[in-house]
Amino acid sequence: MKSSLKKEKHPMEKLLRMDRIPHIWCPGCGIGNAVSAFAEAVQKLNYDLDELCVVSGIGCTGRAAGYIKTDSFHTTHGRGIAYATGVKLGNPELKVVVISGDGDLSAIGGNHLIHAARRNIDITVICVNNFIYAMTGGQVAPTTPNPAYTTTSPFGNFEAPVNIPRVVEAAGAVYVARWTALHMRRMKESIIEALNKPGFSFVEVIAPCAMYYSRINRLGDGLNMMKFYYDNSVIKHGEPTENLDIGYQEEIIIGKFIDRERPTFSESLKSWKEEHGKGGEGDEE
Amino acid sequence: MKTADKSVLRGKHTLSGFEACAEGALSAGCRFLGYYPIRPAFDIIKRFTVRSLEGDAVFVQMEDEISALAVVLGASWTGKKSMTVTSGPGLSQMMEHIGLGVMLETPCVIVDIQRDGTSLGLPCSPGGGDVMQARWGSHGDYEMIALSPNSPEEMFELTVKAFNLSEKFRTPVMILSDAAVGKEKGEINIPDPEDIEIQDRKYYKGKKDKYLPFKYDEKDLIPPMVDVGQGTRFHVTGLTHDERGYPVMTDTCQEWNVHRLVQKIRLFTDQIIEVEESGTEDADIVVVSYGAASIDALRAVKQARDEGIKAGHLRLVTVWPFPEKRVYELAQNIDAFVVAEINYGQIALEVERCGRGEAENFFVHHSSFDLGKSSDILKSIKKARGKKK
Ligand SMILES: Cc1ncc(C[n+]2csc(CCOP(=O)(O)OP(=O)(O)O)c2C)c(N)n1
Ligand code: SF4
Repeated sequence: MKSSLKKEKHPMEKLLRMDRIPHIWCPGCGIGNAVSAFAEAVQKLNYDLDELCVVSGIGCTGRAAGYIKTDSFHTTHGRGIAYATGVKLGNPELKVVVISGDGDLSAIGGNHLIHAARRNIDITVICVNNFIYAMTGGQVAPTTPNPAYTTTSPFGNFEAPVNIPRVVEAAGAVYVARWTALHMRRMKESIIEALNKPGFSFVEVIAPCAMYYSRINRLGDGLNMMKFYYDNSVIKHGEPTENLDIGYQEEIIIGKFIDRERPTFSESLKSWKEEHGKGGEGDEE
Repeated sequence: MKTADKSVLRGKHTLSGFEACAEGALSAGCRFLGYYPIRPAFDIIKRFTVRSLEGDAVFVQMEDEISALAVVLGASWTGKKSMTVTSGPGLSQMMEHIGLGVMLETPCVIVDIQRDGTSLGLPCSPGGGDVMQARWGSHGDYEMIALSPNSPEEMFELTVKAFNLSEKFRTPVMILSDAAVGKEKGEINIPDPEDIEIQDRKYYKGKKDKYLPFKYDEKDLIPPMVDVGQGTRFHVTGLTHDERGYPVMTDTCQEWNVHRLVQKIRLFTDQIIEVEESGTEDADIVVVSYGAASIDALRAVKQARDEGIKAGHLRLVTVWPFPEKRVYELAQNIDAFVVAEINYGQIALEVERCGRGEAENFFVHHSSFDLGKSSDILKSIKKARGKKK
């Protein structure tokens, strides 16, 4: 007998690989929110999805590329941006997005982050910052606040954490914003702006790791943490990025901090070629 | 082939090996160079960047060799034939992405201009110590194709061949050369583009929504490829994956996945392997060498012949895959192998393994300072002669 139950379709079905659901993320994890906001942004922009490419590095967040139904690459730890640079320069017509974790992008991939921003490669980077290395079991990350507990800082982290927006601004990013995982609407609008911006755009998403960070620090479940970040964040658009350090369970400044114009790598290469090249079409055969 | 690009040379040119490599790449259709500067490979970069001004090739100097190969893999997936060039220390950094290139079955060419090691070694001195690293440097199981030119002319030809093999087998292919061949100048007769055999990757032609990135053809074990942006919405991962490109963490999938990656090369080694022989028909002693050392080895073999020693020469044009069958055949008919290489005995071990005890083995450390001389190799041939079976 045919079921009388109407099968509900997922609203993002066009953009997600439904054949891979259920995904691997834990209940209460913030990564899904970032992916949803990205999917909604892309839907609102009405992009030709065939021309969109998502690249990830490695980590829990790094699995994002595998759930988004565009041409997508799950590459090596930290090197998503470098890989995406190749895709973008290989075919400048494509929209290229990197979605990855804070450890992936700022630790092992820190060099590529800085230099892609400096070169102003026309890609959008969405960094899910959960203050921890999740996939490998909750080790301390360059973003771990002082003195949070992690599996490798059992007496509390003593290292100074990195303020990623400040780093990418200094390197030359043209768009820098930060939201928490519960700022769904604003995050989506920000991703839209970032995608529309020619050049290196960067959106940081503060998210809980329900499995490691919240547990070891006894901060409740993922949802509690998400709510805590939401309630303890203040929107300060245009705030100088030097003020964006994140303390342990302290107020987090969010908003859009940088929105500026600079020639992209491809534009600079093109004008360099026009200026110096003997150029032009050769004999066609 | 389309030649809408002035950057493709024709006719006679006097070029260094380095320049010939850049020209070979352009002739093969390479339109993307990702690199990080290093001596002595830098001269290839210089040539490519200058010549790209005359055409549509793109280049980018990355922040390190890790990203130089990453950018090449990314660009290759957009349909651009892509290359990186480096020397030993850079090759060491590229290893993780060689693995990714193999796993994602991404055609690309890696030119390694070997210099004396270890570590920084002698930056400007030709070396041959990356041979085993080229073969086994990345972790896990895979096969590597590596070609070793011994003249500027061959640098051109083998660069074209490297692109062809990489496109055909959907895998990174290496040029294992050295500073001696790179710096040497020679006259190169570049054929017209339509006379150069160019192999392009096999593209998927089916329905867009039916594309499976690793569904392979039973005949050649090679899955047809697509470019990013063609609307097939593929996913690929460096993790063990099934034919959809999705990660599947099981032994069965690992076996399905990696077994084919290895077999797609192993089953076709006869098509890949190229050696050059002289005097091996009646030889008692065969000198095995490759790259710059092979020029001296050939001279030593001639000198030995002049002295009445039945010596022959086997030059590895393809270092990897190793010509196992041929070495074993020779071993059964000769007294000894003399292996001359610019290292402390990397291919010598392979020759010994493949000879299976049928012939004696002598190794000559033909150091970078011995290049241009053949006395050390001749001395070894004479030593080997004393060890008749
Ligand atoms: C070269 C290399 N080194 C180490 C690892 C192991 N590794 C996998 S994920 C990861 C950390 C990921 O942390 P983050 O980027 O913060 O992502 P999250 O899992 O928190 O989303 C590490 C170290 C690896 N895969 N490759
Ligand atoms: S381990 Fe943490 S980051 Fe990873 S999926 Fe679970 S909650 Fe999310």
